[in-house]
Amino acid sequence: MLPSLVPLLPTENDWITFDIPSLAQNFWSATFDGLTFGAIYALVALGYTLVYGVLNLINFAHSEVFIVGCYAVFFTLSSLGFGPSVPRLDIWAIILNLLLALVLAMVASAVTAFLLERIAYKPLRQRNAPRLVFLITAIGASFTIQYLIYLWRGPSPELALTMFRPTPIFDVFGTIVDSQQLVIIIAAVIMMVGIDRFISKSRTGRGIRAVAQDPDTATLMGVNKERIIITTFIIGGLLAGAAALFYVMKIPSGVQYSGGFVLGIKAFAAAVLGGIGNVRGALLGGLLLGLIGNYGQILLGNSQWTDVVAFVVLVLVLLLRPEGILGTSLGRSKA
Amino acid sequence: MYRKKVLTSLAAAATFSMLLSACANQAGPSNTESSGSSNKVNIPAISKVDVPADAVMPAGDGKATCPATTTLAYAGAQTGPNAQLGVNIFNGIQLAIDQHNKANPGCQVQFKKFDTEGDPNKATGPVTQLVSEPDILGVIGLPFSGESKATGNIFEQKGLVHITPSATNPGLTGNGWTTFFRGLGNDAVQGPAAAKFLTGKLGAKKVYLVQDDSDYGIGLGTSTSAGLGSALAGTEKVTTGQKDFSAVISKIMNAKADAVFYAGYYAEGAPFDQQLVGKGFTGTFVAPDGVKDDQFIKQAGDASSNAYFTCPCIPGELIPNFASAYKDIAKGAEPGTYSIEGYDAATVLLSGIDAGKQSRADLLSWVKSYDKAGLSKHYKWDAKGELQAPTVYGYKVENGKIVPVGPIGE
Repeated sequence: MLPSLVPLLPTENDWITFDIPSLAQNFWSATFDGLTFGAIYALVALGYTLVYGVLNLINFAHSEVFIVGCYAVFFTLSSLGFGPSVPRLDIWAIILNLLLALVLAMVASAVTAFLLERIAYKPLRQRNAPRLVFLITAIGASFTIQYLIYLWRGPSPELALTMFRPTPIFDVFGTIVDSQQLVIIIAAVIMMVGIDRFISKSRTGRGIRAVAQDPDTATLMGVNKERIIITTFIIGGLLAGAAALFYVMKIPSGVQYSGGFVLGIKAFAAAVLGGIGNVRGALLGGLLLGLIGNYGQILLGNSQWTDVVAFVVLVLVLLLRPEGILGTSLGRSKA
Repeated sequence: MYRKKVLTSLAAAATFSMLLSACANQAGPSNTESSGSSNKVNIPAISKVDVPADAVMPAGDGKATCPATTTLAYAGAQTGPNAQLGVNIFNGIQLAIDQHNKANPGCQVQFKKFDTEGDPNKATGPVTQLVSEPDILGVIGLPFSGESKATGNIFEQKGLVHITPSATNPGLTGNGWTTFFRGLGNDAVQGPAAAKFLTGKLGAKKVYLVQDDSDYGIGLGTSTSAGLGSALAGTEKVTTGQKDFSAVISKIMNAKADAVFYAGYYAEGAPFDQQLVGKGFTGTFVAPDGVKDDQFIKQAGDASSNAYFTCPCIPGELIPNFASAYKDIAKGAEPGTYSIEGYDAATVLLSGIDAGKQSRADLLSWVKSYDKAGLSKHYKWDAKGELQAPTVYGYKVENGKIVPVGPIGE
């Protein structure tokens, strides 16, 4: 064992150790990777947050909306000849291919979200089912989609897809930021800002906020509640599809039937951390969760700690601020 | 109107990201080629191995008789993330049994397969079912260390002899089992050989050791790090099923390691090497028998060209008779890792059946006192079930194929 490891508990295996020099050495690379993951979490978290805001429903099947997007990316790109090796295509061909994959993934996820709403949730709403029933249905829908994919594709992950070779763009304190990290962070943040403005400024966005605040009054005021609900699911799906492309870009071998599950839980946690129902909260929560998990993993010296640290911090934050960092209301938020 | 704006900004975001990726890609290929061969030692491939002249073959003398119910079984992965390692083995067994049955009309041995998915948690079910079938006299398996550990007691209780063609965790023979035999060298042999290979023939100065959380990975990691001594730049753990290795990779890059040793299986090893090379790692990637499979090359793509393997297995593809017979049975596939070990293990059991050892107890004592050459090496076990003279081979990836570079660690 390295001498730099300081034992916290004097157990026989030193099962918890704080490796501070390693964190110091890897701080910036952990930061950029953490932000990259955080951006992906945040895009998926928006889907949870918007649906929660409008329906007070935790849509646990959103992780499957996301994984369907991943499969769309996989099938599009592998049919275009992408594989584990770096593609030998010129720049514009790659841009076109990735744009096509992005569009198809967004469409596939949006269609999944739409069908989910129509098949699983709308019948319950029409019968005025209690909220618990929605929750159980959501979990059931999640398992159904997950195991349909399992039956179709089997338990093994799909072949890795390399979209392009990440190249160094600039370096910060000796740590190289590569094009892949930059693409994901910047594109995701632009998308989130766009959604934020859409919710706060557009007519549909006003409708979404009105329904979130008081569905009955909103209906009386002429807002078409059903249409707003459908729109909300579709927006969540579109964002999950975009997240799917970035996810496969970051983790080329991550397309697997169960691949959405952990990411979905993380994204949901990100939404809660920032304040569920709050669009900016999802962004903040996602980025924070990505960073915290990555720092924790390096500090404790083992990738198995990522989730432990992320969720311990989540619990601590919720103990102090049960409504999340930015508070919970989509309806009242100015965002 | 605002909706339009949103769509525009989404489109702008997408286009921007694609542009960046494009720049990235443009600079890519030149990078790979320059770093690929310059600082790497090239060890030439070998083209033949010596076969013991007196090797026992499954056909025997052709005069054997046995009841029609006589059965040998394979227990191990047929599906699951590391399925290919199991497929290599049971094709080797199938070949031995086919050759035996063809030569011995009076003794038609049945062959049954039990799927464990290579998972210790799933293995106990099929193995419990297997030991309760009285017609099964001997077993080839289980291939992986974790599942072998989980099921050894079940075999022991029923006195059913089993020869693992590939499980290499040294601890397995320390459980006091009398029915467990290992048909190859363990990791107490492979680890030090790998360390010697890294610092010797490959000339590595700073080796980063990455191990998974399986019994196999932990055992091999420990025995390799002991052998590396001061060349060890750091140790990192990954989890079975892990997909993202960015934190591990930044540590390796920051430590400026010139070689990585990955103790684990190809399911994680392939994406790990792929992401490692993707992040600009130009050193050598060395991995043990659990990674040495064509699936690794398929899943890691071009990145796999930096890989070397260590394996206590013999390159069966260099034994012409074996290789061509294997191809017929495996639908044209070349013998893989442990195909020949599976074949040899089946031969040991078949020769016992031919010699009239047709109960579980008789076959067990037959294996205990066995002392003959197989196609790959000499088979004679000590009291714990370890082979007495194991060999470790080095392999490398050349033009998208795994080729042997000769014995290492000697």
